[in-house]
Amino acid sequence: MSIAITTQFICFTVLSLVILIGALGVVLLESIVYSAFLLGGVFMSVAGLYLLLNASFVAAAQVLVYVGAVNVLIIFAIMLVNKKEDLKPINDIKSRRIISTSICLTLLSLLIRVDLTNIWSLSSPQNSIGEDSTIRIGEHLFSDYLLPFEVASVLLLMAMIGAIVLARRDVMNKDISTGLPVDQELIEKSSEPLLTNKN
Amino acid sequence: MMNLESIPIQAFLIVSSVLFCIGIWGLLNSRNAVRVLMSIELMLNAVNINLMTFSSYIDNDLIQGQVFTIFVITVAAAEAAVGLAILLSLYRNRVTVDMESFNLLKW
Repeated sequence: MSIAITTQFICFTVLSLVILIGALGVVLLESIVYSAFLLGGVFMSVAGLYLLLNASFVAAAQVLVYVGAVNVLIIFAIMLVNKKEDLKPINDIKSRRIISTSICLTLLSLLIRVDLTNIWSLSSPQNSIGEDSTIRIGEHLFSDYLLPFEVASVLLLMAMIGAIVLARRDVMNKDISTGLPVDQELIEKSSEPLLTNKN
Repeated sequence: MMNLESIPIQAFLIVSSVLFCIGIWGLLNSRNAVRVLMSIELMLNAVNINLMTFSSYIDNDLIQGQVFTIFVITVAAAEAAVGLAILLSLYRNRVTVDMESFNLLKW
């Protein structure tokens, strides 16, 4: 990489701070819409880290797929299900919080200990491949990773069909639970939900 | 100031560890199902940062970590699509996105 080391350090610090503060905002903020937009910021900063690691193709893929597709999908889902509802209070919420937080902190300390104490056998000319990485990824995808590549395309097809089937309202002519004919119109009509909570 | 040639690998690894733990915390503590899906995306991003770091620092000529990251991004996109579709149909049947009310498999 041809950027000076001081610039790299400054970029890394800024990007890491944005990632960590943004991730905390995603899990802690009250409003889910703010969380979704912060998640977009986190994805963009992760793409910046990839650029710092000299992987321009993966950074572009990250921006296209995560910010362009996944984040937009999440915002659409929030738009469709965003209803103000008063959540029922859980009585043992405090002990749950304490247990989950301690589990997370334990895992974090273990991971950081491994990160710091292990002696990594680094290769000496780091990032020597540079701009040829896109060519190299293409060679990998069409030689030794050909089978995963084809399986991934089948997986995407299955995910597409599955999402359509799951999210579509009326797939059949007759409602399974009531036996009545269902209307195939696209506009949502208010109907009695099948599985409302009885208790 | 230390005289370094590049950013130490530990810095990247610590960032990804902290991001992963934030994701797990959000996964365990969120009441909103959309936020649970967002936490899963955070965890997948942490894994991706790890793979990219090792690909750049250790495996630098055969960049297999980058190929793995591409596959993880593919699977994450499929997971988000199917997860949100499941969420929509759950919302249609239960009229809520509260994780505590999804107890159909409880006995």
